Order: sequence, then C-alpha cells, then structure tokens
Amino acid sequence: MTDMFRDKIDISLSVNGEPVEARVPAGQHLIDFLRLDQSLTGAHASCEHGVCGACTIRVDGQAVRGCLMLAAQADGADVWTIEGLTDRAEITDLQDAFVARNALQCGFCTPGMLVAAEDLLSRNSQPSREEIREHLSGNYCRCTGYEAIVDAVELVARSRAKGGTA
Amino acid sequence: MKDLSPLTGAVHHDRIHDSAIKHVTGRADYTDDIAEPAGTLHAYLGVATVTHGTIRTMNLDRVRQASGVVDVLTARDVPGVNDLSPTGRNDEPIFPDTVEYHGQPIFAVIAHSRDAARRAAELADVSYDILPHATDALSAQAAGLPQVTDPLKLERGDVAAGQATAPHRIKARMTVGGQDHMYLEGHIAFAIPGEDDDVIVHCSTQHPSEAQHMVAHALGVPLNAVTVNVRRMGGGFGGKESQMNLFAAVAAIAAKRLHRPVKIRPDRDQDMTATGKRHDFVIDYDVAFDDDGRIHAVDGHFAARCGYSSDLSGPVTDRALFHADNAYFYPHVRLTSRPQKTNTVSNTAFRGFGGPQGVIAAERMIEEVAYALGKDPLEVRRTNFYGTEGRDLTPYHQQVTDNIIGRVVDELADSARYQARRAEILQHNAQGGILRRGIALTPVKFGISFTATHYNQAGALVHVYNDGSIHLNHGGTEMGQGLNTKIAQVLADAFQVDFDRIKITKTTTEKVPNTSATAASSGSDLNGMAALDAADQIKARLVSFAAETWGVAADEVRFLPNAVQIGAEVVPFDTLIRRAYMARVHLSAAGFYKTPDIHWDRAAGKGRPFFYYAYGAACSEVTIDTLTGEYRVDRTDILHDVGRSLNPVLDRGQVEGAFLQGMGWLTTEELWWDDQGRLRTHAPSTYKIPLASDRPRIFNVALAEWSENRERTIKRSKAVGEPPFMLGISVFEALSMAVASVADYRVCPRLDAPATPERVLIAVERLKAG
Ligand code: FES
Ligand code: FES
Repeated sequence: MTDMFRDKIDISLSVNGEPVEARVPAGQHLIDFLRLDQSLTGAHASCEHGVCGACTIRVDGQAVRGCLMLAAQADGADVWTIEGLTDRAEITDLQDAFVARNALQCGFCTPGMLVAAEDLLSRNSQPSREEIREHLSGNYCRCTGYEAIVDAVELVARSRAKGGTA
Repeated sequence: MKDLSPLTGAVHHDRIHDSAIKHVTGRADYTDDIAEPAGTLHAYLGVATVTHGTIRTMNLDRVRQASGVVDVLTARDVPGVNDLSPTGRNDEPIFPDTVEYHGQPIFAVIAHSRDAARRAAELADVSYDILPHATDALSAQAAGLPQVTDPLKLERGDVAAGQATAPHRIKARMTVGGQDHMYLEGHIAFAIPGEDDDVIVHCSTQHPSEAQHMVAHALGVPLNAVTVNVRRMGGGFGGKESQMNLFAAVAAIAAKRLHRPVKIRPDRDQDMTATGKRHDFVIDYDVAFDDDGRIHAVDGHFAARCGYSSDLSGPVTDRALFHADNAYFYPHVRLTSRPQKTNTVSNTAFRGFGGPQGVIAAERMIEEVAYALGKDPLEVRRTNFYGTEGRDLTPYHQQVTDNIIGRVVDELADSARYQARRAEILQHNAQGGILRRGIALTPVKFGISFTATHYNQAGALVHVYNDGSIHLNHGGTEMGQGLNTKIAQVLADAFQVDFDRIKITKTTTEKVPNTSATAASSGSDLNGMAALDAADQIKARLVSFAAETWGVAADEVRFLPNAVQIGAEVVPFDTLIRRAYMARVHLSAAGFYKTPDIHWDRAAGKGRPFFYYAYGAACSEVTIDTLTGEYRVDRTDILHDVGRSLNPVLDRGQVEGAFLQGMGWLTTEELWWDDQGRLRTHAPSTYKIPLASDRPRIFNVALAEWSENRERTIKRSKAVGEPPFMLGISVFEALSMAVASVADYRVCPRLDAPATPERVLIAVERLKAG
C-alpha cells in the first residue's frame, strides 16, 4: 500500500438520519467505519470479502455490503444500519416475524439478513417463496437452515400486501 | 403433550431465544462488539509459507519497522509452556521450530490497528530447510508418518466365521470429505491485563475452562490468575472447542507483556487455513450378508486425516467407530481406526465429532447390499435394525435398550409417502431422459455422552436476590443453540416463576470452574441438571424456613406459579424471598451434576459409553441432470426424536439447521489441498456452504412428540445438537439412487463425498460406460 493510499480523507454523510463528519483512512471499509468509529456494531464483519452478507447495510436506498464499500465512497451518502432502522420502526414487522418464527440462532447473520429482506420487500411487495430464496441467497446463515427465515419474510410480505403489519 | 401452565417460559413450551430481540435489533454483543479501552492494540499471526520444514532463519526486522507495529512475538517470547495440546501431548506448539503445515502460525505482530498488524505480518523474511510432506491419510501412511494417537479397535463375535457362513460379500472403499465450520463469526480473542499475574480474556470459545488452562499454561501462571468470558458466539459447531486456544493465548501473552489490552481477529482466509476442520476419512469396508439382505459380518477400517497434531483426533476417530453401526446390528464385527498424522492443519471437533463419518459408512454398506440384491435400500435397513434379545448389542458391547428407530422410520415412511413416491420415481426414471430422480429414507441413532467419561460433569451457580429476581450462571456456552433459554426454562419450572424473572449472564470461569466444553450435544443435559441441583438446594432451604416459620409440615409447602403455598396460605414468591432473607436464609447455591451409569474401557473396547441414544430419520428426494451433474433437492421430510422437548421451537430450529449443514457436508462443501500442501478452498468465495436457494423446495420437519427419554435426563428430554446433522445423509443417498438409475440400479454408484455436481457427473458417466 502506498503512502498516498494511506492518506486520510474528509467525508460528510448521514448515518441513521444524523449528519456525520469524519476524517477516515482512505482504505477503511464502511463496515469498519461504522463499527469502530460510530460504535454501530449491529452489522457484522464476517467474510470481509463480499460473499456472506453479514455486513449488509442500506446506502442511498440500496442494500450494500459494508465490507466492499470504502468509507470514503460514502461521502455524501445516506447510510442506514439495523440500529437506525430499528429506531425509526421501519422494519418492526420483519423483526417481529423473525422473532416469532425463530428465524435466528446465533444471530450473527440476522441484521444483514433483515436489511436484505427489507430490500426485497421494498422492491417487490409480493415475492414468491422462490424469489425470497433467490434474493436471500447472498446472505449466509450457518445455523438455521433458512427455512424459518424464508417463512418469516413470506409472512411479512403477505401481511403487508393485506395492508397490515405482521 | 402440552400441560397448561400459567407461567411464561415454562419447560416443554415454545419460548423464543432469550437474545432474539437483541439479535433482530443488532444489540446483541459479540466479542468484537465489546468497547475497546483506549490504547487497545491488535495482533495478527504471521504464517509459514512452506508445508513442512525447519525454520533456518527468521528475520523479522521489516515486520518490526513497519508502520504502526509495537511488538513481535515468537516462540522465545512465550513466558510459560509453548504448547496448546488439549490432551497434554505436547505436540501443538503456539509457534513451532519445525513447520508442519502450510499456513502454520510462526509469529505474531502487535500493532496499533488490525490493518497495520495484518500488513506487517506479510513482511517476514524466513528461510526453511524443506522436508518432504504428505497431506492425505493414505500418502502419509505410505510415507511412514505415525498416527497422532493410539488407534481403537472394537470387536465382537467372530468376523471370519460370519463371513464364512454368508453367501455374499462385498469389499470396497469410500472416501468422505472434511468440512469447514464456517461459523459466521470467526475466531476472536480480546485480552485485558489486570493486576499481578491477572488477565481477563473475552473470546469466542465453546470451552472457556480449557482456554483458561491454555492461557495459564502459556503464561506460566496458575489458573486462578486467568478469567475467560464468553457471552455468546456467532456459531461454533465444534470449531471453537479447542481451536480458539491459540488466539486466546496470543492475545493474553501480548497483553501481559505490553500491559495493554490486545485483540486478535484473523481474517477469514487465516481462520480457514490456521484452524482445524472436520476430519476426512478413507473407509475400507467388507460386508458379508445373505439373500434376505441380512448382514452377517462387518469388517471396517477408518483412516482419518488428522493433521500435524493429535488435538481431539483420538476421541473423534473413536466416535467414528462408535457410530459405524448406525442403527444396525452386526452379528460379527471388527472396526479399527487409524488416526493418521498428515502435514495439514490439525483437524478438530465438528458437530457429530466423527460420528457422521461412521454413520455414512454404515449407510454405504446398506446401499451395497441393496444394489447387490436388487432390493429397496429401506427394506435392507429395516432387516438390519437393532432388535430385541440377541440383536441388541453394539460393537462396543453396550446394549441398546431404548430403541425406537422402527417406529420413527415407519411413521416417516407413512407421512412422507415413501413407497408411493419411490414407485412413481422408478417409473419416471424408467422412461429414460436427462433428468433422473432419486429418493432415500435414512435413519440415525446417535449415542449421547462424552466418551471421555470425566467430561460428563457440569456446574451451575444460582442466586436469588432479595427482591425475588434470579441470576443464573452455568458452565455451558451459548452459540445460538438456545442453551441459555432452555436452562432458564428449567429454572423457571423449578422455582415456578416467570421466565423474565431470570437473568442469564455470560459464561465465565470466575463463576463456574472446571467446566467441560459445550459439545457432544450435552449442553442442556449436563448444565440443566446442574442448574436444577442448585435450584433444589435453595428450594429445600426455603421449604424448611417456611415450614418452621408458618408451623406446617414440609410437605405442606408447595411452589405454585409465582407463589408458594404454605399450609392454607398462599404467599407471593417475592414475599417469601424477602422474609427468608430477613431470617438469614442462604439464597445462593452452586449446583453440580455428573452423568450416572456410564463407563468405558478403551483398551478392552467395552463398556457403556453412552447414557442413551437419540433417533431420527429423513426422507429426501432429488433431481439430477445427467448431462451436467447438477442437482436440486426437491423435498425433505424429517421426523426426529428429542425426547420430551424442553423447547420445541428451538429444537426444530436445531433439526432444520443441522440437516442443512449435514447436506452441505455431503454435497457442495469441498476442501481441496494442492500438491504443495496448500489449502485452496480457504474462503467462502471458493468453499460453498448451502444457501437459501439450496434448501429443499419442500421441507417438512416434525419432532416425535410421543418420545420420552427412558433415562432420567433433564425433564426427560434428549440432546439435539448433533444427531440431526446425519439426516443430511438422506440427500446423499437419494443422489446415489438417481445416479444408479442410469445403469438400471444394478450397480451401487459408490459416490464419494462430497457429491459435488462434478462427482455426480463422473459417477453417471462411469455407470453409463458400464
Ligand atoms: S462481511 Fe461483508 S459480505 Fe461477508
Ligand atoms: S443464525 Fe447463526 S448464522 Fe444465521
């Protein structure tokens, strides 16, 4: 790594609705910035190379892998993590369904899985089971066997389609 | 059976995981989430770039000079003993003089940031005197490498005589691959130095007492100086039973040396290359049987790739033999193991602990018999199930007294409509065509207990505070399985209080000492009993206090939901506690449990190593594409025995997850070493665990609700962590049937595991070529 790459970069962005200004190392990943500098430890660092989805967060309305994006690239972005989505009660029905259906065991995949599921539901309000499975295939879960996760997402999709909350 | 209880979180009822709300809101803390005190340093391991060789020179100047580096640790800097062998064999150095596998850690860098440490670790200048290497069990044996531990032999009856009387005999070989744990949370340890010799290590370990032991050993201090804490793990599956010790020791050594907190978290590649996996096996079997498909004699040899050190390979290879009968009676049997040393990372515990490799050998032999005789494999299974008198002795001379496999299999065959679907699939395949289908119904019988008898003990610490709230601590660790939830349910039931009154705290060696690993599926069996013992002690004191104070007989004191009946009066639980406290009743207790009636004589190969057995069965249907080898799982039905479930919803989750993990082991998860001895599948980009899209299209899971443990286990439940892993074998056997269809089921396809699409295709081609 060259010294130039090690330089710090000033960024200003919005994290969970709050303005944040920071000076970050040029090579720092967004997930590390959030976890280490912002104390937002809900999104997890697992494979750190874009495969498992444990680090999934929302950037400018899209589900994004926090380990593949640099903090410097988030300059000007609108970033939401599980903590912020919880506080603004945006995914309460999904969270309730995950709890009710026992769609988690160790929980390490859960925050990323929820952000990915919300990403699907926001774009396709009535996904089939097949579509849910395909969409969540970028998020690993080593514990649950996915059955309960797919059930929970399907439950919420149906209930949202009926205009209610799960 | 559900009794109506006004308590919340009562035992035998569904209860959500105690951390569920925290998990969905991102507020559950893992080790990496603990706030780092100012001045925290980060360690990273520097690793060898040869597979076998003596370190001639190691120049770490460039590492030391790299930006952000504070210190470097080598073997010379280990203040105590440079060894991490969990079985005291002294064969697992923290940092070795002779490298024994590619990627073995040889030093550690400590820096201001993880990034700096990681970059500096690449800068070492090391020269080696290269030695020859052998990475798989067979070539290592041929090269004269020793076994890492004594092999085991189990023998009963007279194999030669059994073979002589049987009209058929098949001898063949099967290879069964290993498996990476791929817990989503990788290894991590965070050491905080204290006064004197003290150090606190937060780490993601299934075995805090052993981590404590290893850290103390490495530091050269007594155990009482070291505290190991774990609130929860992001998955363990056996991978954090002994493999965490390296990280805990390195973090602790650095923290004490520098008087600063030190954290170590390898990246995924290093996590996969420097920590052990499930053992892969080469199995030679020789099965003798008659025209009815009844097995007369089995001779099996199990060679395992153990890696460079013994680690847990002795008990793992032992357990492979213990399960090489699965649910079948072998009239004459001889089973031998070969725990082979290899120049690879030291293989370790993984859900099932060698058992699955034994079970799959049994199922392969069943397949062989079925294809040789042109029978439905399920018929051959039933013919060979353990039975009563004369057909109930295992190869290790334990009598099977709680056998329910016949009922489990019958019920599943009915509910999954096995016969009708098999007939339909046979018809489909008979039409030829590129897509072929297969169906298989496989059973599992799994022995519960640690085979090292002394591990079968547990402790718990329970405090009742004077406001009536309860604090629970036990020796087990939470890795997602819901152990804490179950133990709290046991306590809620014992005191007859609502679940929410109980606070579950982190596992720490400070509260419960000398614990066993949370492994062998034993977590709730052992710790639940220990917690119950603690509760019973406190209750006994409360009863005698109440009897004395209210002037009633002890048997007139009864615990009701959130209250206590004392004679004619009903007193709220809080009130009783408050009064007991004022009267100076001791409201804290340490509980203890040891599993009764088990014993094992390894030299003789005889005993009762298992307290009881858990049973289950799965029926899977697959479709393969005979032009590409690709396949999908169309449907799986499972019926699994957990005795009287402590918490059915959590147990179902265990069954579903274990099944898929077992399916991954036998289908897509392939570990691959190159000729140089390098593991080339060292990250999820090249190592494929099952995804949401891989799970069976239709997935029906049921618990055998009628089952009840015949032994006096905690609330008559049964262990659930490992047994359902082997249900994944049904997928493997269904693939085998689909392949066999191309040669009209006359040949056993002898698929090796994992049955990747490539292997399926090769088998199809081989069978087509006849
Ligand atoms: S940690 Fe980002 S995808 Fe795995
Ligand atoms: S719950 Fe453990 S990885 Fe999904």
